[in-house]
Amino acid sequence: MKHKLLNFARQLALMLLVIWTVVSLVTLLIELVPGDPATSILGETSTFEQRANFNHEHGLDRPVFFVSYSAEDGFKWNGIENQYVDYWVGVLHGDLGTSFQTDRPVVDMILERYPATIKLAVASMIIAIGIAVPLGVLSGSRRNSLVDNLGSLVALLGISLPTFVIGPFLVYVFAVKLRVFSPIGSANPEDIVLPAITLGAALSAILTRMIRSSVIEELGEDYVRTARAKGLSERKVLLKHVLKNGLIPVVTILGLQLGVLLAGAIITEKIFSWQGLGLLLLEDGITKRDYRLIQGCVLVISVTYILANSLTDYVYRKLDPRIRLS
Amino acid sequence: MNRLTYVGIAIAAIVIIAAIFAPLLATHDAIFQDLSIRYAGPSAQHWFGTDALGRDVFSRVVYGARTSLEVGVTVVVVSSVIGIIIGAIAGFYGGPLDKFLSGYLFNVFLAFPGLLLAIALVGFLGAGLGKVVLALCLIGWVGYARVMRGQVLKVREYDFVQAARALGAGNMRILFTHILPNAVQPLIVQASLGMAGAVVSEASLSFLGLGIPAPAPSWGTMIDESRGFDVLYNAPHVFLFPGIALALTVLAFNFIGDGLREYLDPKQRKR
Repeated sequence: MKHKLLNFARQLALMLLVIWTVVSLVTLLIELVPGDPATSILGETSTFEQRANFNHEHGLDRPVFFVSYSAEDGFKWNGIENQYVDYWVGVLHGDLGTSFQTDRPVVDMILERYPATIKLAVASMIIAIGIAVPLGVLSGSRRNSLVDNLGSLVALLGISLPTFVIGPFLVYVFAVKLRVFSPIGSANPEDIVLPAITLGAALSAILTRMIRSSVIEELGEDYVRTARAKGLSERKVLLKHVLKNGLIPVVTILGLQLGVLLAGAIITEKIFSWQGLGLLLLEDGITKRDYRLIQGCVLVISVTYILANSLTDYVYRKLDPRIRLS
Repeated sequence: MNRLTYVGIAIAAIVIIAAIFAPLLATHDAIFQDLSIRYAGPSAQHWFGTDALGRDVFSRVVYGARTSLEVGVTVVVVSSVIGIIIGAIAGFYGGPLDKFLSGYLFNVFLAFPGLLLAIALVGFLGAGLGKVVLALCLIGWVGYARVMRGQVLKVREYDFVQAARALGAGNMRILFTHILPNAVQPLIVQASLGMAGAVVSEASLSFLGLGIPAPAPSWGTMIDESRGFDVLYNAPHVFLFPGIALALTVLAFNFIGDGLREYLDPKQRKR
C-alpha cells in the first residue's frame, strides 16, 4: 500500500513538474520574437508613445524574469515584479492575458473554440473504433487471409500517410467526384464525417494492428479452448470471450491518443476550415502575430495532452498487474 | 529482410537520386512562372502538368525531394549526435545526472506534443529553413537519447568494458572506443524512422505555412497550394503528384526502418 502511494505521488510529481516546465517555456517563448511585439503589432509607423502604452497595457514594460542581464549593469535582481510571475499568477487565476489584437481575454477566445476541437476528436475516435474493431477481429481470426492482408495494407497506409495527404484526397473523392459531402465548414451535421475520418485515419490503423495481434494472442489461451470444447460457435467465442479480453489494451491506447488527436487536429482543422482551437492558433494567433493568444493555445493544448497521457498511464498500470509491479 | 524493405530501399534510392541530381533531372526552372499555361494537364512538355502560376509540377516535385532530404538528413544527423551524446552520458555516468536527464528532461520532451512545439517555436521565431531544422532537432533528439541510454546501460556491464577498465582506460576512452561502437546499432533503426518523421514534419510545417517560404519548392507547400476545392476539381494533378511523392518517401523510410528492426532483432526474425 505504501509502495503504491509512493508510486502515485511520484507520477503526480513528475506530471506537475512537466506542466511547470511547459508553462515556463511558453511564458518565456515570447522573448524569442524578433524585434519587439509592440512594433510588429502596431506597425513601423506607430509612435513611441503608442508603443509605450501598448507595452504598459500588456505588462510588457516589466522585467521578463527574476534576473536580467544588460551590458551596462551586468546581472540585476528584479524581484517578483516580473512578467514570468505575472503570467503564472494569471494562469493560476484562470487568466491567460488579453489578446494583443482583439483586446479580448484569451481564455474566452479559447473556450469558444475548444468544444469544436473536442467534438472533432471524439468523432474521429468513434470512427476509428468503428473501422478498427471489425477489421482487427476479422484479420486476427483469419490470419493470412485476403481480409488480413487487405487490413494490413490499410493499416500501413493509415499510419504512413500524413493527414494533409489523406484529407485533400478524401475531399477529392467524396466532395469533388462523388459529391456526397461538402469540402469545408461545419454548417451541416454530416460535415464532420470527412474531417473525422482524416483525423482518425492514423488512430484506426494503430488500433487495427493492436486488435489483430491481441485477438491472435487471446485465441491461443486456454479459456478459448474451453469455450470451444463446451460447444460454443466460433462466432460466440470471438465476440463473447476473445473480444472482451482483447479490448483491454485498446481502452488504454484510446486515452493516450486523445492527446495526440487534439494536437494533430491543427492540420485537419486547416484542411477543412474547422473552427477549432488549432485554426484559432494558426489564423488568429500565428498569422496575426497575436503572441498572447499563441501562448494561451499552446498552453491549453499541451496541458490537455499531458493530462490525457498521465491519466492513460495511470489507468494502464491499474489494469495490467505486470506493469504495476515492475 | 522482407520484400517491403527492398521496395523501401528502391524508392528511397530514387528519391535520393532525384534530390542529388535535381538540376539535371528537372525539365524546367522550378520557380519560373508562365501565367499563360496555368493548370495545364500532364503533357509531353510538362510531364506532371503545371500549377496555379504555370510552374512545371515535375520540376517542383524533383526539387521538393531536395528540400525534403536536406531537412531530413540535417535533422537526423544533428539530433542523433545530440541524442547520442546526452543519452551516452546519462547511461554511462548514472546517478543524479542520469536522474535529471532521463527522469526529468527526457520526460518533458516526450510529454510535449512534438509538432506543437515546432509550431510554437516557428510561430514566435518566424518561418525559414534554419528555424524549421532547429525546431525539428529540438523535438527529435530525445528519441535517440532514450535508445542510446538504454544501450549504454546494457553494454557497460559487458566483460570487455570491465577488461578495458582493468587495463587502466579512462572514462572517455571506454565510452567512445568501447561502448559507443557496440551500442549504436539500434540507432540505425531510429534514424531511418526519424528520417520519415522529419520529412513529414517539414512538410507539415510547410503545409501550415510555417516552413520553407515560397517560392522554394516543398511538397508540403505544394499540397497546401493545391488543396482548394476548385483546384481539386479542375486540376487534381497539382495535388496528386506532390502528395504521392511525399507518401512514397515516407512509406519508403518506414519500410526500411521496420525491415532493419526485424533484421537486427533475432527474436523477430525467427517469426
